[in-house]
Amino acid sequence: MDFLNAIVAFSNYVLVPGAAYGAQLALGALGVTLIYGILRFSNFAHGDTMAFGTAMTIIITNGLLALGITFGPLPTALLALPFGIAATCLLVLFTDKLVYKFYRKQKAAPVILVIVSMGVMFIMNGVVRFVIGVRDIRFTDGERFIISARTFKEMTGLKEGLAIKTTQGITVVVAIFVVVVLFWFLNKTRTGKSMRAFSDNEDLALLSGINPEKVVMVTWMIVAALATTAGVLYGLDKSFKAFTYFQLLLPIFASAIVGGLGNPLGAIAGGFVIAFSEVTITYAFKKVLVYLMPDSLEPTGLVQLLSTDYKFAVSFTILIIVLLFKPTGLFKGKSV
Amino acid sequence: MTISLRNVLLVVGVAALYILEGSTTFWIFSGSWDSALKMLNFALIGAIMSLGVNLQWGFAGLFNIGIMGFVALGGLATVLVAMPTTPGAWSAGGWQIMAGLAMGAVTIVGAVKMYAYLPKGRLRNLMTFALIAVGFFAFRAVFDGGVAGVEAIDPAATGYLGGLNWGGENYKDFGWLTVVAWPIGGVLAAGAAWIIGKTALGLRSDYLAIATLGIAEIIIAVMKNEDWLSRGVKNVNGLPRPVPYEIDLQNDLGFVERAASWGLDPTAASTLYTKMGYAILFTVFLVALLWLAQRALNSPWGRMMRAIRDNEVAAEAMGKNVTARHLQIFILGSAICGIAGAMMTTLDSQLTPTAYQPLRFTFLIWVMVIVGGSGNNFGAVLGGFLIWWLWVMVEPLGLWIAEVTTAGFEVDHWFRIRMEDAAAHFRLFTMGLVLLLVLRFSPRGLMPEK
Repeated sequence: MDFLNAIVAFSNYVLVPGAAYGAQLALGALGVTLIYGILRFSNFAHGDTMAFGTAMTIIITNGLLALGITFGPLPTALLALPFGIAATCLLVLFTDKLVYKFYRKQKAAPVILVIVSMGVMFIMNGVVRFVIGVRDIRFTDGERFIISARTFKEMTGLKEGLAIKTTQGITVVVAIFVVVVLFWFLNKTRTGKSMRAFSDNEDLALLSGINPEKVVMVTWMIVAALATTAGVLYGLDKSFKAFTYFQLLLPIFASAIVGGLGNPLGAIAGGFVIAFSEVTITYAFKKVLVYLMPDSLEPTGLVQLLSTDYKFAVSFTILIIVLLFKPTGLFKGKSV
Repeated sequence: MTISLRNVLLVVGVAALYILEGSTTFWIFSGSWDSALKMLNFALIGAIMSLGVNLQWGFAGLFNIGIMGFVALGGLATVLVAMPTTPGAWSAGGWQIMAGLAMGAVTIVGAVKMYAYLPKGRLRNLMTFALIAVGFFAFRAVFDGGVAGVEAIDPAATGYLGGLNWGGENYKDFGWLTVVAWPIGGVLAAGAAWIIGKTALGLRSDYLAIATLGIAEIIIAVMKNEDWLSRGVKNVNGLPRPVPYEIDLQNDLGFVERAASWGLDPTAASTLYTKMGYAILFTVFLVALLWLAQRALNSPWGRMMRAIRDNEVAAEAMGKNVTARHLQIFILGSAICGIAGAMMTTLDSQLTPTAYQPLRFTFLIWVMVIVGGSGNNFGAVLGGFLIWWLWVMVEPLGLWIAEVTTAGFEVDHWFRIRMEDAAAHFRLFTMGLVLLLVLRFSPRGLMPEK
């Protein structure tokens, strides 16, 4: 019984939140990695693209709610998500036309594009603040829990409860759906194949008649969809605040690099590696250990390896270790 | 630098922006010398940071976006040097903390050495991992006890180790210590830069960027959470000052008389006097650093740096050790940012870890360098002054735009309220726009490298 309690406590505080956070990071990292693979630069504006998509979705959600439209037990934001994606698509395509295209034509060095993306980051950040302000916004509605801790205890008779929030369930389901569609698209469709070809060898792809502008356009649209979805899921699970989204940039980049920049599969693996390490290392294991250890050995402290404020340090340390020992990431990414 | 008419006009133009702020209330200017001097002081610090980043980016092409971390370390140095030692803190746990930190350092060095010397294989990995695990728990055991001891001492007022100021109650008499802290801030930042450079230089440019971004966040996290070191989010207030206090000046009869002869009332005169004091100190440092940077740029060392930047492979073929040179200039540039950070904390008279925001302390400095002209020290300094002016003035400018565009509307019309709210968020938008416009139409900046 104690053993079961320990497992449940561990799932409740580490596995479930870790899985949800991992799915959010994976979606974010997929966007970063696609941009890197096709356009060949690290997009620092990604966090703010996520924030923009989420802000748009929140506004449309409010509009839907004002019209009296809800999504039953599910958050209304899911209904608004396609519109948010469309708005973000327009924004990134517009940005590409206005800003990035010029440097692509010039064949500018990647680091110049990174600096340019910094400028775009400033502007998007300004736009988001302009549109929705700097406050903390919660936009979850519908049922709060799939299983609440109370129901779980009553069902199983265990002392520990396992709560799964609706948003956590939705996050994982939506993430799986998105990833399946993305991989189907990349592997089965003509456009997806040309994207992969372009990413592997630009010159050969151009020789075989692939239209680079079309590839770039499709990439931006996919990235907009991924970023908005990641942003909305994160916002549903926690809350929306423009600055938090900017800060997500670090774990997202860590995920993409740990997995291997430019490799979509790696981005997903990286997302979960980073998320689980962050949650595990900053979790106070006292509760779990109390069940597992004999009474005489019960821990007196919290048994927390690092305080939660250092979660950035965790993603960063993993990033450094991977960079030092396996510079191309866990899955083979691009090294240069 | 060749003195061209264009450059003279640029300098005169930027100087005019500051003079206008002080002298006229026309358009968006406030017409207050006090506000102009305040702006000038921050601009001087911004120019020094910009100089440091220019060293890294302009000379060597290193992409460092962790400037905020080095600036914060400089600020920490001011506290560690100029604040009074908290009585009893060292005996209550200070030494224990140091012992814990030393154990942590020994563990890391030991693990690195072990990994280097043991033969390859599973045994090596296991033993290194075991050493790190044991070392970590030993470190926590010693360290946590010390921290608890220090943080228990009057947490509302101190609860931290304090600094090296031996003045006790009268620590504010030793204001000159803050100036001593500036170079020490540089040393602290240089130490951090050495650690980062050792691990992340030699990887590709994007990775250095991410690594520096991460370390900056970690430095801020440490300062927010390690109360024994920096009082965390409780802030350290009342740092001593290298310039006289306004209240002392107002009580000084000689000063009041002199102020009156200038036609100033004592209050206004005293604030101007202290701000001038800071401005002079900062200018001395800026000029000294600018002179050094100029000397470096025009020395064989500077030419080698630019050769490495322009073609690493060719420079390596000529026998230059690229990674070592990169490490060198990375440390130098970061040290300059640390000095500027210490100055800023001195100017604020307090250390506020929550105030360090990457947009303000990292990305803004990048805008300064790029707009001014990367690779040109004078350009970087000019960019510092110009962009800081813009950063401050964007808000009145936004309000002015809001006023003009909504002139025809009622006071409580939604559009008017919206525009007035938005004026505050104008800042980031404008900075991004300026950066993109310069990159597009004048990518070498206002004062291009020769």
